Amino acid sequence: MKKIWIGFGLACVLSLAGCGGGNPPETAKKAEPGAAPAGGGAAAMPDEANGATITGKVTFDGTKPKGKTIDMSANPVCTKAHATAPAMTEDVVVNDNGTLKYAFVWIKSGLPDQTWQVPTTAVTLDQNGCMYKPHVIGVMAGQQIDVKNSDPTNHNIHPQPQTNQEWNESQPPGSADKMQTFARQEVMIPVKCNIHPWMRSYIGVVSHPFFAVTGDDGTFTIKGLPPGTYTIEAWHEKYGTSDQTITVGAKDSKTQDFSFKG
Amino acid sequence: MVAVSTLLLVIAGGLVTSNDAAQSVPDCPLSYGKLVPPLEGGIRFEFAHRVLAATVTILTLILALWSRSRLAWVAFAAVVAQALLGGAVVTLVAPKWMPVAHACLAQLVFGLIVAIVVRQYCARRKRVEMSLDPAGTSACATLFVQTILGAAVRHNVAGIVPHIVFAAVATLVVMWAGVQVLMHHMENPPFRRSAILLLSLTFSQVFLGMGAYMSRILAADDPQPMPIMISFTVAHVAVGSLAFGAAIAMAIIVGHGGMTVA
Repeated sequence: MKKIWIGFGLACVLSLAGCGGGNPPETAKKAEPGAAPAGGGAAAMPDEANGATITGKVTFDGTKPKGKTIDMSANPVCTKAHATAPAMTEDVVVNDNGTLKYAFVWIKSGLPDQTWQVPTTAVTLDQNGCMYKPHVIGVMAGQQIDVKNSDPTNHNIHPQPQTNQEWNESQPPGSADKMQTFARQEVMIPVKCNIHPWMRSYIGVVSHPFFAVTGDDGTFTIKGLPPGTYTIEAWHEKYGTSDQTITVGAKDSKTQDFSFKG
Repeated sequence: MVAVSTLLLVIAGGLVTSNDAAQSVPDCPLSYGKLVPPLEGGIRFEFAHRVLAATVTILTLILALWSRSRLAWVAFAAVVAQALLGGAVVTLVAPKWMPVAHACLAQLVFGLIVAIVVRQYCARRKRVEMSLDPAGTSACATLFVQTILGAAVRHNVAGIVPHIVFAAVATLVVMWAGVQVLMHHMENPPFRRSAILLLSLTFSQVFLGMGAYMSRILAADDPQPMPIMISFTVAHVAVGSLAFGAAIAMAIIVGHGGMTVA
């Protein structure tokens, strides 16, 4: 009988040790070696006056796909938020002018080997109507992401990076914003809410400031590039990536379009 | 009762994974800092899984205290280890092998409970030392390997190919083991029943596996897990557990040998 109680006691101690709370690892919030510095120091800034500008659009080639209606009945609060019109998927959004929304365009390679100053302003990722808004964001490594919950319901924010630290945090309604950073370049990091499995978002994390996300007109602008030859990449959630090479000089203004087939 | 509860727990775990709700409650042992969290979206599945896990832990402890058998204490230790692993999956988030280990240990726990039940069934008829039929043991081992491969697929650690290839191997081994028993002990009802049960479950499992795979392909573009995919996948997990349990039952029943009625 003594053995039984010893075994039971041991099990209880182990159980308490195993479940230790839900805070994310502290490393998720700290810059790692090799990451862009968090402002200041000798970090470079984009020279918008003398640097080159690349503009372009990301077009869609094919029959415009119909978005899928999202069934939010698992949570009445989410259903109520879309009482007037049902929520639609945002993995492929073709604008009226035939361009793609939510394409992430960035300079993949060719930049001089230097560190770039991290913007002090945070990029907002809002949970609104049980959807992530916006669906795709871009940040610099070390730049703060302001995660908001505008919904009167619980969410959990669960980014699933490959090279950065994975974390998962709950955000009850009315709670304070969560400020998070990713230390390393990673294109792209999927973000999901496990409470509402239709909620999906992507974060592009790069070690420099030369990136953009296409909006309602499907265009992008990257300013202040130093003269050089670059690989510029467009990423799309559904259609993958497309790379182009472009050479720019000082104060050049060039156009580089991308096209994805549907 | 313990065996049924454990099977329900396995099914609840399958529902958590299939509904993509595995990380919907980021804290442990409390849920959103409470004993009972708001039951919305994926939280419902995760919380039900936790409640069933607590129930199985208590029932296994009662079983161990009541039976005082070494195997029951091993089962209790395995249940506690499984709870700790589940807590670690929630709190540590990142290591991908952990959910796979959690799924595999669940099968072992269920197998241990089945072994306890079958041993008691055998002991009521004739007191004999525990021994295992080699053919049935081979089936157990093969089905467990298949469980590991299946869990790896479900948790995105491995591709589907090894799981499909090994399904053929597992089916052949189970057929060989089952037919061996049927050929040599057709006149013995317990032997015959255990072999037919194992064969029936394994063949059902093959078709459920096909259904689960097809439904996953068809649902690949859906914004969230759809009922048809969830049903097939959870049934595949549950029948996989039952087949593993049936293999254990056959190994023990045939291994006892002395139960021959004829």
